[in-house]
Amino acid sequence: MRSTNIIAVLILAASDVAAAPWNNPYPAADATADVYYDSFEERPKHLDPARSYAENEGQFIGQVYEPPLQYHYLRRPYELVPLTVREVPTPIYQGADGRELPEDAPVGRIARTVYRFRLKAGIRFQPHPALARDSQGGFLYHALAHADLAAVHTLADLPVSGTRELVAADYVYQIKRLADPAVASPIAGLMFEHIVGLREYAERLRRLRTAARASGGFLDLRAHDLEGARVIDRYAWEITIKGKYPQFLYWQAMTFFAPMPWEADRFHAQAGLAERNVTLDWFPIGTGPFMLAENNPNRRMVLVRNPNFRGERYPADGEMEDGPAGLLADAGKPMPFVDRAVYSLETESIPRWSKFLQGYYDVSGIPSDSFDQAVQYTTAGLTLTEEMRRRGIRLLTAVSASTSYVGFNMLDPVVGGDGERARKLRRAIAIAADTEEYISIFRNGRGVASQGPIPPGLFGAREGEASINPYVYTWVNGQPQRRPLEEARRLLAEAGYPGGRDPATGRALVLHFDTSASGPDFRSTLDWWRKQFDKLGIQLIVRDSDFNRFQDKLARGNAEIFQFGWNADYPDPENFLFLLTGSQGKVRHAGENAANYSNPDFDRLFEQMRHMDNGPGRQRIIDSMVEIARRDGPWLWGFHPTGYTLMHSWYSNAKPNLMARNTLKYVRVDPVLRAVRRSQWNAPVWQPVAWFAAFLVAGLLAAIRVYRRRQRATAL
Amino acid sequence: MTAYIVRRCLYAVPILVGVNLVTFWLFFFVNTPDDMARLALGAKHVTPEMVAGWKQQHGYDRPLLFNSAVRGTGKLTETLFYRKSLRLFLLDFGSSDGGRDIGHDIAQRMGPSLAIAVPTLLVALAVEVGIALLIVMFRGSYIDLFALLICIVLMSISLLFYVIGGQYLIGKVWRLAPISGFGDGVDAWRFVALPVFIGVLGGVGAGVRVYRTYFLEEEGRDFIRTARAKGLTDGVVLFRHVLGNAMIPVLTGLVVVLPSLFLGSLIMESFFGIPGLGSYTIEAIQNQDFAIVRAMVFLGSLLYVLGLLLTDISYTLVDPRVRLG
Repeated sequence: MRSTNIIAVLILAASDVAAAPWNNPYPAADATADVYYDSFEERPKHLDPARSYAENEGQFIGQVYEPPLQYHYLRRPYELVPLTVREVPTPIYQGADGRELPEDAPVGRIARTVYRFRLKAGIRFQPHPALARDSQGGFLYHALAHADLAAVHTLADLPVSGTRELVAADYVYQIKRLADPAVASPIAGLMFEHIVGLREYAERLRRLRTAARASGGFLDLRAHDLEGARVIDRYAWEITIKGKYPQFLYWQAMTFFAPMPWEADRFHAQAGLAERNVTLDWFPIGTGPFMLAENNPNRRMVLVRNPNFRGERYPADGEMEDGPAGLLADAGKPMPFVDRAVYSLETESIPRWSKFLQGYYDVSGIPSDSFDQAVQYTTAGLTLTEEMRRRGIRLLTAVSASTSYVGFNMLDPVVGGDGERARKLRRAIAIAADTEEYISIFRNGRGVASQGPIPPGLFGAREGEASINPYVYTWVNGQPQRRPLEEARRLLAEAGYPGGRDPATGRALVLHFDTSASGPDFRSTLDWWRKQFDKLGIQLIVRDSDFNRFQDKLARGNAEIFQFGWNADYPDPENFLFLLTGSQGKVRHAGENAANYSNPDFDRLFEQMRHMDNGPGRQRIIDSMVEIARRDGPWLWGFHPTGYTLMHSWYSNAKPNLMARNTLKYVRVDPVLRAVRRSQWNAPVWQPVAWFAAFLVAGLLAAIRVYRRRQRATAL
Repeated sequence: MTAYIVRRCLYAVPILVGVNLVTFWLFFFVNTPDDMARLALGAKHVTPEMVAGWKQQHGYDRPLLFNSAVRGTGKLTETLFYRKSLRLFLLDFGSSDGGRDIGHDIAQRMGPSLAIAVPTLLVALAVEVGIALLIVMFRGSYIDLFALLICIVLMSISLLFYVIGGQYLIGKVWRLAPISGFGDGVDAWRFVALPVFIGVLGGVGAGVRVYRTYFLEEEGRDFIRTARAKGLTDGVVLFRHVLGNAMIPVLTGLVVVLPSLFLGSLIMESFFGIPGLGSYTIEAIQNQDFAIVRAMVFLGSLLYVLGLLLTDISYTLVDPRVRLG
């Protein structure tokens, strides 16, 4: 223990501040425990790694399930490193005849790519009843009778747990689950396009499931081979994908590809358990540093250290500035550093923010209402306010790997199409819509105006003057400057709408803006959008609707101009550029290209680019693609949000990692310092209670006096 | 009385069927099963096949009310309404669209809802009746006028303001209670105190005015004048005669809200992080989980019918003149 900590403990003991303050929402016994405290806003829907896709679910299952690969915590650009495997696999290319091809084989010759994974030995699953065995070696809880289930509402109601070593078959089992119609994995459709035989496997499982339902039996996926995922030996497996798809390895860092022991599937398939909420979708089983000890999404989720965790070590290298920033102080030390993580449900931002300031949450975002309380813009740029600095709070910012854009439906007769008139109309609107103003007003400056589809920091995004969209910006004094409104008006006139008038009607051109941002909270935002179009004399009709109606409009191509966004699955430009490819058109192909943009040159370059490794050649192609997209302008581009995270002085090893979900193991807290600060910040103020009590007593005494006087008074 | 109760129970059946039908129609008028599937599956990489698969797996691939594709009774039984709604009459709530046992969820969440609602009701009743009696005692005086003014001010303020203001002052500035959260067992009182205090404060203005009206009505009656003429003190008159005879409206008002206590308070639960049934219903509406929505609406209507029945029965307990037949 550091000397400062010892002193702090002595101070605590001496002043008896270890007793929890009155507003402490946690048990007093945990005051100096090695616990990480955080909150969650929305209850998770799925904790099954084959089903979970949401970020708020990732913060839990990312600590429990371990896919074969992970992102290096400190290195940038993001780099894949082994997690449970010995090394990141090298792709093996095969031709149509099944023969191996050289590494530099042309894409057209590659029929299949094989990835072989080799597992580290000795990794064990967390203790779990599904793995518990009796003295004869049989599974203790695989044949639960109806009577046994009477008192079972959680896994903790089954007293015995077991474990076993992680093997290659567990990874293959999970890949098979992705195809299982009963699991309904959100990436099943996507993986059908890549993993050999997965679509056919899903069809087979559909038939088998129907039969299994009739017989009431468990469908053991081990008995049904999948061509594209095969166990080689106890510790090795291979995945075969169609053609070449280098980004496939990024998926291997997501929990979709985390191992699933067949025993867990067998255990949860028992009749009666699902009716008691004991499902695989609710009770994860993994090999990660933590396991879910309490699953009450109505109130609290608690992760505790997995006693069987193998003891991964903190990274020993990172970026240049990581050393001076103290991020390498724990280099080589075994993780995780905290024993427990408590996440409390906070649906409202006001109590969440207040509890962070009281020291009851270790980290927090900044609610819009409290932005000025937390940060300020000075000549030195964005800084924390005096109040925050006094509390020792630190700020971390990072541009997220996502984009929020306004799209034009390219199938629309007015704003769509690749004619020069429509292009000029879109460009005029893009200049007039002042994204910088939007970011300033509605996001407190938390965002970067997009210059193209790829967010800054990802390979393919340029910096400086080369980064700007020349159709909307010019480069002035080392800064991008939006082109003047006169230019937008000129473009509009050239598009056939002088002064914003539609020659067909002689009145203002009417355009329609679809958004799922409905309700009074968004009224000012929508008014702002009307004003942007009004600058050009265009009348904007806003059609706000709920998320489903909005999706429906996009799917049918009934939206004209719409607000949409995308969060990256992985840190590769392909995951953004594919949003503009013709084969992803929303209306024709039910894909992710909501603008229904289609440009053969862009599509051709995309096919070239997607198979290439990062390098100058790939950058050149990306530059060409971005230039095509900027020229055609199917999006108004919008902005890339910037995430602001505040953390207390007792929280260390914090570095934004927008790709990784398994970051809890790197977190270190100083619980003693936290206890001291909490006590300092939360001393109760009793005077108001005393005043209130005095007021009540005085009032009561006065009333008694008046009452007695009235009782003694005579009628006349 | 037994015949009356049985008759009222039978009357409740068509009411509950009607409520079920209206809920069903309203829900599916706004949401189609496709919408539900899309919301459950998320926004990324969702294909029409996946939507169809989700509907099939959750039983939403049937027609809503009438199935023309089958013969006989199947036309009515092979429908979404029959399959999803009629089991409720056996109090079998089934599973949510997310796969969780609704009955178990309700049982789990009822405790926290009651932990807030019951103390709030009892404390509020005691405080409101007490203050109303005091005001009646000083009727026509400046105290009465001042108290009425305070009541109107308190009534005019939104509950949301009390919640946010209470959290700010008591939780944040004075640091006397946790701002939000919920505890286990005995520790729960620390979390319950602030919402109960705010709940009482938020309702005290309206409550005092209502009870004051009841008591004043009794105050003007002949038997009160007689009691005073006999020389009874104000205290005896108020607490024994006024309060005793005003119990019918007080009790009926109380009994009718008793069942609804189980359903929790949306605002209080949401702001104080109470894992109760109020937030359960709202979350279900937000997630378009029809299974939970219909279960909660059914439960709500059932408890309301029960509340009305209990009110009728309570009349007979406090007023011997009332007979149910």
